[in-house]
Amino acid sequence: MAVTAPGVDAVTPQDPVAGSAEASPRRLRMRLLSNRKVAVGLVILAVFLLIAIIGPLIAPYDPSRRSADILQGPSAKHWFGTTHIGQDIFSQVLDGTRSVMFVGFFAGVVATIVAVLFGVTSGYLGGAGGEGLSAVSNVFLVIPALPLIIIITTAIPTGGDWVVALVIGLTSWAWGARVLRAQTLSLRRRDFVEAARATGEPVWRIVIFEILPNLTAIIASSFVGTVIYAVMTEVALAFIGVQGLYEWNWGAILYWAQSQEALAIGAWWWFVPAGLAIALLGTALSLLNFGIDELVNPRLRSSGSAAVRDYSGRRVRLRVGFTPVLARGAGPVPAHATEIQSADIQVEDGAR
Amino acid sequence: MRYFAQRLVFYVFTAWAAVTINFFVPRLTPGNPVDSLIAEYQGQISTQAVHSLTVLFGLDKQQGIFQQYISYLGQLARGDLGISFHSFPTPVSSVLAQSLPWTVCLVGVATVLSFAIGTLLGVIVGWRRGSLADMLMPITTFFASIPYFWLALLAIAAFTGVGSFLPSAGGYDPGLVPGWNGAFVASALKHSLLPAATIIVTSVAGWLMGMRNMVVTVSSEDYVTVAHAKGLSERRVMLGYAARNAMLPSVSGFGMALGLVVGGTFLVEYVFSYPGVGLELVSAIGQKDYPLMQGIFLVITLSVLAANFLADLAYMALDPRTRREG
Repeated sequence: MAVTAPGVDAVTPQDPVAGSAEASPRRLRMRLLSNRKVAVGLVILAVFLLIAIIGPLIAPYDPSRRSADILQGPSAKHWFGTTHIGQDIFSQVLDGTRSVMFVGFFAGVVATIVAVLFGVTSGYLGGAGGEGLSAVSNVFLVIPALPLIIIITTAIPTGGDWVVALVIGLTSWAWGARVLRAQTLSLRRRDFVEAARATGEPVWRIVIFEILPNLTAIIASSFVGTVIYAVMTEVALAFIGVQGLYEWNWGAILYWAQSQEALAIGAWWWFVPAGLAIALLGTALSLLNFGIDELVNPRLRSSGSAAVRDYSGRRVRLRVGFTPVLARGAGPVPAHATEIQSADIQVEDGAR
Repeated sequence: MRYFAQRLVFYVFTAWAAVTINFFVPRLTPGNPVDSLIAEYQGQISTQAVHSLTVLFGLDKQQGIFQQYISYLGQLARGDLGISFHSFPTPVSSVLAQSLPWTVCLVGVATVLSFAIGTLLGVIVGWRRGSLADMLMPITTFFASIPYFWLALLAIAAFTGVGSFLPSAGGYDPGLVPGWNGAFVASALKHSLLPAATIIVTSVAGWLMGMRNMVVTVSSEDYVTVAHAKGLSERRVMLGYAARNAMLPSVSGFGMALGLVVGGTFLVEYVFSYPGVGLELVSAIGQKDYPLMQGIFLVITLSVLAANFLADLAYMALDPRTRREG
């Protein structure tokens, strides 16, 4: 798209991060962190992880202990108010973080492992075996997961968080497997893979050292996506009362709030903290995922305001695929425009 | 036609897989399912229910697992999903016949609207990248991160109450008799407004995001540049060239998203006490009504498969490559 005729400069939307085009791994990591979305997401996630570890220790009260302060609104003594039997909701939220984070991350790990196994194998093998594996993942993709998870978890009545996490992980890998398969299919005929094959590298070595490193971003984003999904599912399961309510989690708080008709009696503090915590965690993980997507596909970056003024002072909106041409010397052409453009193209090539 | 046949085979296979999962899940649990159920009820289960359970799990006939499976398939073919524990002599199929239409209408309307709104907004946001429209994305992301049921609770708190036009629970006014008359339909519509809006608000972000990313990717394709160079109007390039091609992944992803939306709808129905399958499922969980749960899983899976098939037909209409012979 960049044809620079003599005397004419093509201008593309300025890209704030495209300047660091050297694709050394360290620079790549820095670029991921310098993305504002990723930074915000990571900070929020770190706070939740910290609470998951130390939450039960710093909780001011035992989350299950009854007290005389029944259905009180937020106060200095009870930051998030109390329940119908005087339990401290702030302590419940702190204590429940661990279960939510555990199920989210454990299910994410399980689903990612299965997705990599299915996706990469079916993509690399091809033929009848590959098609068979792909058909299996499509089946899991189409079957509505929540009802399936419900019938399995209710059939195993003695399960705790482990079982719930395992069931969620084993039913939610299909989307990742599908994406990984597509990418593996496109990688396996690339020159560097052919070269490895020609030099007689065994299949496991090709897969682990040639293919997998090129799938890192997709694996990461499917992991993050599964964590979001697992958190939502666990909370939903607890909310409708599938899970045994032996441990506190955000869904269990909402379950009690719903069964005591908290909203009808105006106890908004019973609902709002747990819901906001879920939304905050979900947003943090989504931001992380957008950041990974943008690293892989630089076109997706929203590049600030794309409007510039041309030589006659008219506002021109610059878009991808639509390159307005300004006469040289007639207007405020950024001196580094061509440089940025070539850098941008380099980045895209490096990521593909 | 080859594409069509492939998809058909796939759906038949998936339906078989769902049926098989449904058959094996209760049998995989350790011990005799009936005994564990009786233990769970701590003796508060009626002898009729015990008998029904024994028949249901095929424990009265001392068959091998394969024979049980065959007779289970036979039962399903006759539309027999077993008998609900809770409302004892009522068959599961008639419980479902009452609640399924509610869910299908709610999910259907909400999904189609959410798809249409999300896709259209996605085209605009993707096309006008770098303008104020980009502001929509963080907002919809936040809404998508909110659990369906929590938003539903907030909606009830915010929009219903004494003197509000919108009802907070139920599918129709309690005084009315269900039927095709004006008063009933109007009441049902009024009751479905808030649940549908909740589903749309939480599910629109997925469509918007996917469509926006595809439009951004597609709009740097050569054919879009050619369309610009031909001097076609902005709108025509946007809708006829960029959007039409960008839509393909959205349409083929429709079916997968539907499974998620169905799950979310169940929770919304529960919160709004909407008389659909989801409310039925939640009460079945509370009452450990396994036949009803399994029947719901099966019927919902088959409905989702049918909807997927329709999405495939739409995909065939949009993408000429799928109609190619050979």
